[in-house]
Amino acid sequence: MNPYIPILITLALGVGLGLILSGMSAWLGPSKPSAAKGEVFECGVPQVTTRDRMSVKFYLTAILFILFDIETVFLFLWAKVFRILGWFGVIEVGLFVAILVAGYMYILKTGALEWE
Amino acid sequence: MGVVSAMLGSPFAVQLLATVVKILAIFALSLNIPPIMVWLERRIPALMQRRRGPNRVGLFGFRLWGLLQSLVDAIKLIFKEEVRPSGAPKGLFHLAPLFNVFPVFLILCAIPFGEPVTIYGHTVPLKVLELNVGFLFILAMTGLGIYGVILSGWASGSKFSLLGSLRASAQMISYEIPLGLSLIPLVLIFDSLDLSEIVAAQSNFWGWGVFVAPISFFIFLICMFAETNRTPFDLAEAESELVVGYHTEFGSSKFALFFLAEYVAMFGLSLLCSVLFFGGWHVPFMSKDYLLQVLSPNMVAAFGVVVLLIKASFFMFLYIWVRWTIPRFRYDQLMGLGWKLLIPVGIANVVVTAGILALGF
Repeated sequence: MNPYIPILITLALGVGLGLILSGMSAWLGPSKPSAAKGEVFECGVPQVTTRDRMSVKFYLTAILFILFDIETVFLFLWAKVFRILGWFGVIEVGLFVAILVAGYMYILKTGALEWE
Repeated sequence: MGVVSAMLGSPFAVQLLATVVKILAIFALSLNIPPIMVWLERRIPALMQRRRGPNRVGLFGFRLWGLLQSLVDAIKLIFKEEVRPSGAPKGLFHLAPLFNVFPVFLILCAIPFGEPVTIYGHTVPLKVLELNVGFLFILAMTGLGIYGVILSGWASGSKFSLLGSLRASAQMISYEIPLGLSLIPLVLIFDSLDLSEIVAAQSNFWGWGVFVAPISFFIFLICMFAETNRTPFDLAEAESELVVGYHTEFGSSKFALFFLAEYVAMFGLSLLCSVLFFGGWHVPFMSKDYLLQVLSPNMVAAFGVVVLLIKASFFMFLYIWVRWTIPRFRYDQLMGLGWKLLIPVGIANVVVTAGILALGF
């Protein structure tokens, strides 16, 4: 059997369960909307809507994550064929990791990994 | 009857039936995790702090140590009014919690629960997904959970939620890298990306992942807490700063849904930790041959499932224990720990493991 059939079944059941659970209150609970209830939790402070543009400080983290995560996936593939490649693979990955570590030292030096 | 036996005669129908039964079993199991965990999360701290915790709710005069408290809470949540902030986009507000829920079930489906059992001559593996890249699938699914966090934070239309979701997503992606790095030595040592094969390779007690790759284990353990946003890494829901973070605005049954997702994710990672580092369904110092002398093969498999669940329960307990032991990190400490300690240590761990293994060529 195609191994992706179970994934689809689980996906369908998971989404179905989520829809039922998240819709339950809307069906079973009372519904008496009012202006005060529609306000977000701000303790009386004027609302800030998320539609306003705001600076996301984490974009650099996100970019670094993509770089390092792809590198992790490469290492997974190498780890799988480690015994087949032998010393050749070890040296090649050693070079790969050396370049990576050089990049890592660079981002460390430039202060990309400083959070306030 | 003729139709049924004819259908059961075809291998595809049998496999499909077995798969559906296994998936339903996993859903039944995971739907019972949150109520029990919520109860434990209130009773165990109560024991630790010498107070009582919830012990009143019972049925027909039986209190059952307050075990029904969670059930009553769930019913209460379902019958509450659903309040959507006026600034929240309607569609996303209803859809965002879904993205938290389905990835955690997919994680559970990739985990092998035991050795294959034989039912009416059919061999049924106790694992839903027969993937030979179980590792990568689980990593991908833990990554999907981040969409749920970001979307629910943004869809709330509240600044506390948005800040909480940004914090949580930055934290989760940061700890995803050491999580992946900590698993590579295991692939190197056990020479497989298939979780069942990794468990099979750990039949000897001293061959367990925790002994052959101890550094990996510690990195994995830390990332396990960070990925599920649990203390000491629960910056996303720091009450004193952000109310409760990205699910501030979600009440009623949607709140229950977030709890479900969180506890099932904890359960999935606890299972994964037991499978990767603690020999899965193997009992220490008790070989499979010995068990087969006492029990039938199917009973051995069932016993293995119980053993795996006991191991996973320990990590579930650890989650609660740590919550009441270690205080919360500061945000820069949290990101610093991930990027400046765990990633270099993880890379060094991979290189050293590969070097040691290569010397054995």
